[in-house]
Amino acid sequence: MDKLKLALYWASSCGGCDIATLAIGEKILEVAETAEIVFWPVAMDFKYKDVERMPDKRIDACLFNGAIRTSEDEHMAKMLRTKSKIMVAYGSCAYEGCIPGLANFFSLKSILERVYEETPSTDNPGKVYPQTRVQMPEGDLEIPELKNMVKTLAQTVDVDYFVPGCPPEEKTTWLALEALLNGKLPERRSVISHSSKALCEECSLVREGRKVKKFYRPYEVIPDPEKCLLEQGLLCYGVATRGGCGAMCPQAGMPCTGCYGAVEGVIDQGVHFLTALGSIIDSTDPVEIKQIVDGIVDPAGTFYRYSLPVSLFRRAKSV
Amino acid sequence: MTRFEPKIVVFLCNWCSYAGADLAGTSRIQYAPNARAIRLMCSGRVEPYFILEALHKGADGVLVLGCHPGECHYLEGNYRTVGRMALLKKVLSQFGIEKERVRLDWVSASEGARFATIVNEMTETIRTLGPFEEKDA
Repeated sequence: MDKLKLALYWASSCGGCDIATLAIGEKILEVAETAEIVFWPVAMDFKYKDVERMPDKRIDACLFNGAIRTSEDEHMAKMLRTKSKIMVAYGSCAYEGCIPGLANFFSLKSILERVYEETPSTDNPGKVYPQTRVQMPEGDLEIPELKNMVKTLAQTVDVDYFVPGCPPEEKTTWLALEALLNGKLPERRSVISHSSKALCEECSLVREGRKVKKFYRPYEVIPDPEKCLLEQGLLCYGVATRGGCGAMCPQAGMPCTGCYGAVEGVIDQGVHFLTALGSIIDSTDPVEIKQIVDGIVDPAGTFYRYSLPVSLFRRAKSV
Repeated sequence: MTRFEPKIVVFLCNWCSYAGADLAGTSRIQYAPNARAIRLMCSGRVEPYFILEALHKGADGVLVLGCHPGECHYLEGNYRTVGRMALLKKVLSQFGIEKERVRLDWVSASEGARFATIVNEMTETIRTLGPFEEKDA
C-alpha cells in the first residue's frame, strides 16, 4: 500500500505549530512508518516548484498552520488546496486568525506607519518603506504584499478539518494525525478536539459561586491554586473556550487565554466571554458596576485575542 | 433628498419595559416609528451577541430597556445587563463603532411617556450618526 502523503505548511505564524507537530514525541516514528512527508518547508528542503509540479490531489492531507496575511500565504493556500485531498487548518492562526489576526484592529497603513516611523527605536528620516518590488543590478527582487485584512484559512479556501490550539496540545495533534493515518475521519468541517464543551468542564479548580469586586491582571495577584481563577478576579477564559487541552494553564495558576476557540455552536467567542463576565460582578450599584468593568484594560484585545478574524465583525473600522 | 430613517431594534423586558411600551400605545402617545420591538423575559436575557447581530444584520442602533435598578422581576437581571453593556460599549469603541449606537435605559410599566421620549431621542441620535456600515475589506 502506498504511504499516506502528508504536507505541512506555515503561513503567517510564529513557528510554534510546526514545533507542536513534533511534540507527539516517539509517535513521530509511527507517522514516519505510515506516512511520507512530501512538503515541509520548516524542516526539510522542498521548493514551491516541487509542489507546483505535482498533479492535483496528489497530497493526501495537508496540515496548514498560520493565518492568511500576505499574497504568498494566499497563493500557497490556494495551491495546496488544489494539490491536497484533505485540507486541515492546524492551530489557532489557520483556524481563527489568532495573534496575527489582531492586526485587524488597525488599518494596514497605520501598522506600517507605526513600524517604520513611530516606534521609539525607529530611525527612518527618509521614510523608507518596504516595497513589493525593487530593481537591483542582478534583476528585480520581489517580496509578498501585506494585505489590509488578516483572514483565516477557511476564509480563503475550502477547509475539511480544524485543529484548535495555540499551539495544539500534543494529544489534540495526535487525535488529528491518528484519524488521518487510520483514515477514520470525523464529520467533515468539524473541529478536532477531545471536547466540544467549555474548558471549565475539565478544570479541577473549585468553583464556589463567588462574585468579583475587581478584575486583576495575572501579574497583580498570586491566586489560590485550588480555586477557580475567574472567581478570584482573573480573566480566565475557560467559560467561553472549547476544552480538550486538559486545562493545564488554569491548573498551573495561569488564566486560560482562550486559544482553543469558541465552544461548539458559538459564533463570536469574544462577546460570549463578555456575557459571562456580566454575571459575576459583585455589585448592585450601576455606578460601581461600571467602575469594576472599567478596570479591564483593553477588553476587545483580551476577549478577541485569538478570534478577531472569525468574529462577527472580523475587523475594526479603519481610522 | 429623503431623510435617513434609522432602523432601531428595541429589546424590551416582559415585566416593565414592554408594559411601558404597551402603555404608550394604549395612551396613544405618538413616537418615532423607527423602533422594532423584541420582547424578552428580562433585559438580562439580552446577550451582547444579539446586539452585535442586530447591527450586523442591518440595524443602525440598538436600545435595551429594562426595569429600573432594584425593580427587576428576577431581582438582579438588570444588574448583569449594566455590566455587559458597559463592557460592550468599550469593545464597540475599540471596533471603531460609535458607542451611542447602543443604549441601555430603564422604563417601568407606568412610564409610557418615558418610553416614547427614549425612542424619539434614540432615533434622533442615530439619525445624526447616519447609517451603520461595517468595514469589511
